[in-house]
Amino acid sequence: MTGADLLLLALGAVAVGAGVLVVGTKHLVRAGLYLVVCLGALAGDYLVLTAELVAWVQVLIYVGAVVVLLLFAVMLTRAPIGASDDLDRPGWPAALIGGGSGLGLAVLLVDAFRWSRVELPAAGTADRLGEQVFRSWVLPFEVLSVLLLAALVGAIVLSRPDIGRSGPTAGSAVEEGGRG
Amino acid sequence: MRPVVPYVTAAVLFGLGVYGVLRRRNAVLVLMAVELMLNAVNLILVTADTTVRAQLPHAGQVFALFVIVLAAAEIGVGLAIVLQLYRLRASVAVDEVPLTEAPAEAGSPSAGPSASSTPVGAAAGPAGALVDGGHRPGSSDGSEVR
Repeated sequence: MTGADLLLLALGAVAVGAGVLVVGTKHLVRAGLYLVVCLGALAGDYLVLTAELVAWVQVLIYVGAVVVLLLFAVMLTRAPIGASDDLDRPGWPAALIGGGSGLGLAVLLVDAFRWSRVELPAAGTADRLGEQVFRSWVLPFEVLSVLLLAALVGAIVLSRPDIGRSGPTAGSAVEEGGRG
Repeated sequence: MRPVVPYVTAAVLFGLGVYGVLRRRNAVLVLMAVELMLNAVNLILVTADTTVRAQLPHAGQVFALFVIVLAAAEIGVGLAIVLQLYRLRASVAVDEVPLTEAPAEAGSPSAGPSASSTPVGAAAGPAGALVDGGHRPGSSDGSEVR
């Protein structure tokens, strides 16, 4: 056990513990805050695994943007501040399927890698990753930018009911808007 | 570095995400559990980048970046859908969403001649009543949301 192993073990324990709280807590807002802890511990994991750029992008996008969006959604849907009892379904099938898939994957990976040891490669700095992205992976990168644009336009169309209806039904849509 | 430690962490996180998606009723909490699953996949990709020697260096980390972008797009569209659902139903419980209900404007393209206006009105009647029924539990909120 080296220092990197101990760090990975500790950060993994923090991430799994916070994940258990995310899927188990009865407070909606606290679930979002535990998600911050879980994602932060995973960013630490990436740093130990020498993925510098991925770690900082994780902090920027997940902790900075996605969690804030989720907390906004929690507030916009008027979640109660205290504990709420109707968040869960009766969950034996969920525990069975979730535990089964998690345990199955864990057994598979433990069997594949045992207690083997690898040397950490050169760090994935922004320099090296940028070279890879813009040399070998430039086509998927551009396709992803188109996908992000499509998702943005889709989100706007979805959240504005007056521009979702096209063509000949536009008149009746305006009419209904006037009635309602 | 023992790669089995982050691999097992990722497997357990993925199981937790599956459990959360199946267990939770609130749509926002379902999205949080989906984020847990996506992060487990990211951890697998980054760990595989250190353990498996690929032909292109750092391919796993590049894929992790792509998955992060996909997750951002997914959460944007997902939250738009959830907020629209809340506006229609005043509730975000995923097991109360009617999947078999006809959309409200199903018959409106044929609304031109006056002879077909009666069936269109009849078709719009029950759907409108259903939407009203959805608004009823939160009727004090409904006007404010609009």
